[in-house]
Amino acid sequence: MSSLQEIVDRVVGQAKPGEQVEAFASRGGETSIRVYEGEVEHFVSAQSEGIGIRVIREGRTGFAYAGTLDESAIAEVLSEARDNVAFGTPDEWAGLAEPDGVEPVPQVLWSDALEQFPTAKKIDLAKELERLAIAADSRVRVDEADYQDGWGEVAVATTTGIRRAGRENAANVSVGTLAEDGEDTQTGFGFSVGRDPALFDLQKAAREAADRATRLLGAIKPPSKKVTVVLDPYVTAQFLGVISSTLSGEAVIKGRSLFANRLGEVVASPLITLIDDPTNPLAYTATDLDGEGLAARRNMLIESGRLNQFVHSSYSARRAGTASTGNAVRGGYAGGTPGAGCLAMQLAPGTRSQEQLIADVSDGVLIQMVQGLHSGVNPISGDFSTGASGLLIKDGKIGAPVREFTIASTLQRMLLDVVEVGGDIDWLPSRAAGVSLVINDVMMSGE
Amino acid sequence: MASQLVESSVAESVLAVAMANGGEFAEIFAEDRRSTSAGLDDGRVEQVTSGRDRGAGIRVVVGETTGYAYTSDLTERGLETAARAAAAAAKGGGNGVKVVALGSPSSHPVNNIDVDPTSVAKARKVELLLEANEAARSVDGAIVQVSAGYSDARREILVANTEGVYATDAQVRTAFRVSVVANGDSGMQTGYESLGHTMGFELFDRHKVADVGLAAANQAITKLRARPAPSGAMPVVIKCGSGGVLFHEACGHGLEADLIAKGASVYRDRVGQLVASPLVTLVDDGTMSGEWGAIGIDDEGNPSQYNVLIQDGVLTDYMWDYLRARKEGHKVSGNGRRQNYTYLPMVRMTNTYVLNGTEDPEAIVRDTPNGVYVAKLGGGSVNTATGDFVFGMTEAYLIENGQITEPLREGNLIGNGPQVLQDIDLLGNDFAMGSPGTCGKDGQGVPVGDGQPTLRVKSLTIGGTAA
Repeated sequence: MSSLQEIVDRVVGQAKPGEQVEAFASRGGETSIRVYEGEVEHFVSAQSEGIGIRVIREGRTGFAYAGTLDESAIAEVLSEARDNVAFGTPDEWAGLAEPDGVEPVPQVLWSDALEQFPTAKKIDLAKELERLAIAADSRVRVDEADYQDGWGEVAVATTTGIRRAGRENAANVSVGTLAEDGEDTQTGFGFSVGRDPALFDLQKAAREAADRATRLLGAIKPPSKKVTVVLDPYVTAQFLGVISSTLSGEAVIKGRSLFANRLGEVVASPLITLIDDPTNPLAYTATDLDGEGLAARRNMLIESGRLNQFVHSSYSARRAGTASTGNAVRGGYAGGTPGAGCLAMQLAPGTRSQEQLIADVSDGVLIQMVQGLHSGVNPISGDFSTGASGLLIKDGKIGAPVREFTIASTLQRMLLDVVEVGGDIDWLPSRAAGVSLVINDVMMSGE
Repeated sequence: MASQLVESSVAESVLAVAMANGGEFAEIFAEDRRSTSAGLDDGRVEQVTSGRDRGAGIRVVVGETTGYAYTSDLTERGLETAARAAAAAAKGGGNGVKVVALGSPSSHPVNNIDVDPTSVAKARKVELLLEANEAARSVDGAIVQVSAGYSDARREILVANTEGVYATDAQVRTAFRVSVVANGDSGMQTGYESLGHTMGFELFDRHKVADVGLAAANQAITKLRARPAPSGAMPVVIKCGSGGVLFHEACGHGLEADLIAKGASVYRDRVGQLVASPLVTLVDDGTMSGEWGAIGIDDEGNPSQYNVLIQDGVLTDYMWDYLRARKEGHKVSGNGRRQNYTYLPMVRMTNTYVLNGTEDPEAIVRDTPNGVYVAKLGGGSVNTATGDFVFGMTEAYLIENGQITEPLREGNLIGNGPQVLQDIDLLGNDFAMGSPGTCGKDGQGVPVGDGQPTLRVKSLTIGGTAA
């Protein structure tokens, strides 16, 4: 079997004069185990591979992919990509990334311990997590307990001189719970992630899954009024995910960012310092390379409330008259031209615990879960409205659980209305780290 | 089709390998998907993409355990390797080989494809993008950005299993979408319109892409003068063909037998009971010719069906896949679907819709003194265990004194499924199917359709910012 680097090098070697060619190939595998009532419900084990080829000629781009690395299929992909070039509109900025001399910060993305972790122990982890979650509270049942792991290797080569390869693996366990009390049912979840399953904290995952569900038992629908919200770290991470699309250089150049033309201006509370730093090994999405094979790097996006910079791919940077920030995001071998996006966001943390933050809130709600971030939030207009559940806060104390309500504001207002960032940074399995966040003047809509 | 994805003799021997460790059931799901897509943004055709995904997944069931393995290698050797991996995963007891004879594959097409998209020049597909772009930009100088997408896919599938199912289907889907940004004094607003059917390029003989562009542009321009949505509970009128997602979320997912079996649905043990207003008859219909969720066979090889889920408010049945039906001694319902060969099938909806009522839709608005009129819904999601669901309103208006008045900014609506079904108090006679959707469940997306006549829910919570 050829190495991925050999495969992509061979493709790029076939470039004709006047053509820019990029080949991206990947190979990977997964194990996915679900346990239910002490038995394995399903066990999925498989490998997959594929290649995507981009051809640019006279400013026109064509792309094709196939879910195989078979030599004859690769030849067909190159020919299809070339054929597709003719239909693109010439774009003076179209082009592949070029080496920029920035050296990648090495990251430990591969674990031999995970590669050698025995299958029987993977099943045991899922069974043990299910058992612990049920044992955590007599009102709790488990509807799914999962173990998943995956590995992948990629290689990219271009006629502009990019030549990179890498591999990584990771694993996680997760559990979904149902808490029942009479007619009332509430749900929760817990998880543990990492590159060494032996270090998973099953106790914590089970405890959180049970707590999330039982805390909401007896929840009522709250009245409609303006409140202060305290976002749980998990919810803040999701909120930052929405903010990230406004900071994409591609959204900026195409007129889809509400922060376009606002570089240097105050867009958030002075407490907000937002950094995208995939070189931080604590980040779940830490990486050495971006989707075009350039070095991933630390970028200060918002500094003490002031908009400092956007994130760029080589294309968005060329159009914006700047340099790539190493933020190309590629959707695997089938993804085509990479976009520009944040890789590993974090808010600079404050100093106090969530309990201390809550103690200062006179009338508010602790938001434990949100539902519908994909449907009621528009990052272009800034309208923000999401379903939520959580716990009321009255005079600094946690009160009744609440559900079936929404919280609404605008992204612009929410960033300015932040009154405190917690010190409880949590490196969650997402593109953003979590931290408790207190925001004033949010409309709660219930009865 | 000249040759099958997997010939019957190969399928028989691969199934025998899958059963060699003593499985109770084995299945081959093979898929060959060719797709073309083209995208326009910022006035340029950015990229035309050709894709090919081909492979097979092998499933082996022993007791309560399912083993699954997939491969992109469709040779007999590749399939046998996957079969052995799936059999090992299911850890059978070595009870010997079950022999199955498959004969020739059956097929159950729900509609004919007049113009196979692969026969249409890519240049013609690109022209559609330019037409839609031009139409959208012609609406108003405030339109500052337009993106448009064309896509077609031909998905050939073959299913063979140890119960003698041997069936094929060719699913051709063609879709088009336009999204626009308008800029005004109050900031930017967006509009979105899409078109998608289980049919070939004849889609564009029946629908004009310029109309898709105009609709998206008009929506964004209208929203430039939108005011913040209200907050709190109030009557909501949902326009025909825009609110099927309400039923998809409020009860569709909760009627999936896998969630029922785990007690993760508020509709558990409710068959035969009144679960909705007697006005409501809800159907899931995979046979609905040309609609986005139409399928000849499901991804377990069973013909699609017309299934009544709720009749005059009474819950009649759930939706089933092979595993749940086998366990409960129920018949399959043609709802076993998967995103592609890398995934296990599970219970999924197809086209889910509410049948016509009797009211004049205009009278429904006139009879509503104050509330919200939703002309276009966005996506939604549901927690089936609690019944709480949300869906976004992407185009909505205030109703004041029985009249549709000012446009509203976007937001989510939130409700509880069983309560909202009871609260439907007016049902129109203007049934229409809605826009094509992708339904997500447990990490898998499948194409689904939905539809309903204009209807009123007497109380739903609007997640706006205005007091």
